[in-house]
Amino acid sequence: MAMGGNPAENHPCGFKWVIEAKKKRGAKLVCIDPRFNRTAAVADHFVQIRAGTDIAFLGGLINYILSNGLYHEEYVRLFTNATFLVKSDFSFGNGLFSGYNPASGTYDKSTWQYQQDGSGHALQDPSLRDTDCVFQHLKKHFSRYTSAVVSEITGASVEDFERAAGIICSTGRPEKAGTIMYALGWTHHSFAVQIIRAAAILQLLLGNIGRPGGGVNALRGHSNIQGGTDHGVAFDKLPGYLKSPTADQQDLKHYLMENTPKPLSPTSMNYWSNYPAFFISLMKTMYGNHATLENDFAYHYLPKADRNYSWVYLFDDMYQGKLEGMLTFGMNPVANGPNSNKMISALSKLKWLVVADCFETETAQFWRAPGIDPGEVDTEVFLLPAGIFAEKDGSFTNSARWAQWKWKALDPPGDAKADQEMLARIFLKVRELYQEGAGAFPEPILHLSWPYSRPQDPPLEEIAKEINGHAVADVIDGKGEVVAKVGEQLSTFAHLKDDGSTSCGNWLYCGSFTEKGNMMARRGRSDPSGLGMYHEWAWNWPLNRRILYNRASCDADGRPWDPTRVSIMWDGTRWVGDTPDYKADSPPGAGLGAFIMLPEGVGKIFAADFVEGPLPEHYEPVESPIKNPLHPEVSSNPLVKRFVSDKDGYANPEDFPIVCTTYRLTEHFHFWTKHITVNSLLQPEFFVEIPYELAKQKGIKDQDLVRVTSARGSVEGKALVTKRIKPMRVGGREVWQIGIPIHWGFAGRVKGPLANLLTPTAVDPNSFTPEYKGFLVRLEKV
Amino acid sequence: MAIKGLEIRDISATRYAALGISKVPRMTKLIDLSTCIGCKACEVACMEWNDLPVDETYRATGGYQTIPDLAHNFWNLIKFNEVDNGNGLLWTMAKHQCMHCENPGCLRACPAPGAIVQYTNGIVDFVQENCIGCQFCVTGCPFNVPRISPKNQKVYKCTLCSDRVAAGLEPACIKACPTGCLQFGTKEQLLEYGRHRVRELRSRGFKDAAIYDPPGVMGTHVIYVVPYGNHPEVYGLPADPRIPALVSLWKGPLKTIGSTIMLGGVTAALLHYLTYGPMEVKPDTDVKKQR
Repeated sequence: MAMGGNPAENHPCGFKWVIEAKKKRGAKLVCIDPRFNRTAAVADHFVQIRAGTDIAFLGGLINYILSNGLYHEEYVRLFTNATFLVKSDFSFGNGLFSGYNPASGTYDKSTWQYQQDGSGHALQDPSLRDTDCVFQHLKKHFSRYTSAVVSEITGASVEDFERAAGIICSTGRPEKAGTIMYALGWTHHSFAVQIIRAAAILQLLLGNIGRPGGGVNALRGHSNIQGGTDHGVAFDKLPGYLKSPTADQQDLKHYLMENTPKPLSPTSMNYWSNYPAFFISLMKTMYGNHATLENDFAYHYLPKADRNYSWVYLFDDMYQGKLEGMLTFGMNPVANGPNSNKMISALSKLKWLVVADCFETETAQFWRAPGIDPGEVDTEVFLLPAGIFAEKDGSFTNSARWAQWKWKALDPPGDAKADQEMLARIFLKVRELYQEGAGAFPEPILHLSWPYSRPQDPPLEEIAKEINGHAVADVIDGKGEVVAKVGEQLSTFAHLKDDGSTSCGNWLYCGSFTEKGNMMARRGRSDPSGLGMYHEWAWNWPLNRRILYNRASCDADGRPWDPTRVSIMWDGTRWVGDTPDYKADSPPGAGLGAFIMLPEGVGKIFAADFVEGPLPEHYEPVESPIKNPLHPEVSSNPLVKRFVSDKDGYANPEDFPIVCTTYRLTEHFHFWTKHITVNSLLQPEFFVEIPYELAKQKGIKDQDLVRVTSARGSVEGKALVTKRIKPMRVGGREVWQIGIPIHWGFAGRVKGPLANLLTPTAVDPNSFTPEYKGFLVRLEKV
Repeated sequence: MAIKGLEIRDISATRYAALGISKVPRMTKLIDLSTCIGCKACEVACMEWNDLPVDETYRATGGYQTIPDLAHNFWNLIKFNEVDNGNGLLWTMAKHQCMHCENPGCLRACPAPGAIVQYTNGIVDFVQENCIGCQFCVTGCPFNVPRISPKNQKVYKCTLCSDRVAAGLEPACIKACPTGCLQFGTKEQLLEYGRHRVRELRSRGFKDAAIYDPPGVMGTHVIYVVPYGNHPEVYGLPADPRIPALVSLWKGPLKTIGSTIMLGGVTAALLHYLTYGPMEVKPDTDVKKQR
């Protein structure tokens, strides 16, 4: 199932495996999208839905599974929290879960918790009949998502929906497996995280998590965005998905207590109980000898976030004149941020701006944007020429968590430098200023560990070794044996300690660069599994486990659900096959939970982790042509963050009746390749995809110039009139959708309007990603 | 000595002795239209390997196809087409290039000695240094492939990367294809693979799936797997391509008749000369004035 993503278009190299599954296994491909796209062109079944109605569609699938008994029952009992009992006062009604506080606009989550026994373990009902159990809540919650309701909300016909449901839900049979591929089509919504939650529930019900051929697969948009995420590039994360300290976590003890979960089941391995070992090893990497038991491992050096500092929030601050300067690496916010006009105005309020890039991007020349008078902009802009990926070594981590080492092909041209050299030089200069006594709180800078052989240009291999980690003192295991001598590279995060005897820059990457060398640089081609696992090709986290939670690929006795596709299996003494994501010698009879990272020990159908509810619910996009048919009074996500300023307008459907969605094309990579000749030739011009019937109604012909206007801005481009977007009936009325590819801007070899002139600054309350897809516009012929 | 596989099997407007006895595999490209995603990697690979100069004047013409047609400097084009065939919408993406016919109409039509050759491995290649720019090959091609360069009046088309193939490499387009839609091998191998694909497609409900290997040109060295095999024209492929009658006539019976007439003319002139002797030119004929 390709939904919320267009893998043939945007991940053509990965899509070869879809084609191979079709050819070799007779796999069926179902494509669900607002447009008949390149993936749809080779799909077995295509369903058109209105942009932003994914939860309704997925909710319909969940209901279809439950009402037709198509779930993988043994899997659900063994590996999910379907049996867990939720507190009796939990409820849902009229679009809101229990605990909503209208004054603050937030939830008190106390009713979303499990009923617990004296030792803190959740109560369970193996029969699944208790009205408080997760399974019954699930049934009740999704019973509203009938085929007719799905059709009314999404615009898909009942027949199209049910045909898709028939194919997808057939994978609940134990010998079958089904996978989901998604991308920005799911993440670019004001309820994005809940869409992915719905997908997780669907796959848990069908028994498709932890199995070869299963999973909910995020197709990442950059060669190394997975690596970036793993290493904590977001404001609220530290490397390895550790949490950034918050303002109320002023001391280490408090911080560790709040981030180290307690098991919710007696059979839970609860691997995050090792949080202190991961965190303190990170502090040893950052501060070396300056991180000691006595000074709480330099915890007080870390900033404590008092609020949200994700980048959309920062640009809002900037627009309000609260920021002085900005450094931007590997990012072009004028082009890829929402509401470009606001981005440009925000940058013009800075005193200085540093852009490191290999091209002169829109951000680097924002003062030359159409409609801006450069004389009015006082910002001093520095453009640092950066080397590109082929001009440095390092690793790429792909969507399957494989870190693959790469080698430099050539030196950066002219004065261009690799990012690490620019960062290192800036750091060393800042440190020099602190050494001269300029700073208020110098220790976090002065004490930062900087052990590289070339301080001005740290070799990436040395950084990779540092990320892997080493023994600061002899590491002794539970049996009293030395498992790593002082100075040695560590081989596994199981050896990490919370006493300062280990250093590790990212616990997930422990094992990537061991005493045996750079595991990421391996290129072994043997594949005894026959499933394409290639365990000696590069290295993936965690510990070269190709499939996460692979214990769930076997039944209660440790036998694979599908003997023809074995991930791991119990051989009588231990788990063999892929690296087990499990205690390797724990017999099936012991019943240790398969989901070792979760306090429950099982996969979460019901999850109190997110801000707007423990179960996904369909909410309309912030700008929608209709009121939510399920609960018109709570139409969109009650917890959505809508930014408000004189540049942040929001549309009503009377004035802006057309749904618009943005997307990417095979021929281009973001806002980058419009600087390159061949890509520019293959897609030279911005265009607007318009349904044939709508074009006819408006007297628009193919190639005509059209204008698209939202409450924020407007763009002009050539019409691409197509039958690949059909008219829809939604909420009892006719609704039109149009589509806009994003790749152009005012910089580059070919130019065109920025698609994000149109998009709203409304963000998902969990991930803080803007709603780039499914907003309202007006369309007219120029 | 020619490189293995690149010995000349047939050559335009020239009598050429049959080659030696060694059997060379006939190399073939297969395009599986059921797995093409229109990514244009083949177009880019073709442009880059053949170092084709980019023509800056091309612009979008609607759809995702932004280059309107094959050109003297663009030899590999994916044509996009939206078709409503009654079973719902189809969005076809079909790669077009020289078909490397077993019986090449271009070569048959070409009057310039050595301008078009067919190698023993099946590749039909244009030799621009021998090309006279007459464009008879354009008339002779049932697939409308050759294109004349406005710069040098020579004709160009896909070479099936004869240079790469001679070195044991696959053509650039095949190297670049991410989905395996493009395959390269001997004709026998690929026909077998194609039949396998056709069976798979039929089991998926494409009851008319077929291999496109048109007999009108004695088969081609670029073959297709076509899901709607009964309607190849949906993908821009001619249903029954044949060498135009004019070319067949000219190079077949007409050539003989022409030769006979020409020979007759020469014989008659000789007889006339023998019978009547040379014609005498009068000295007052003003040749210069006539010019």
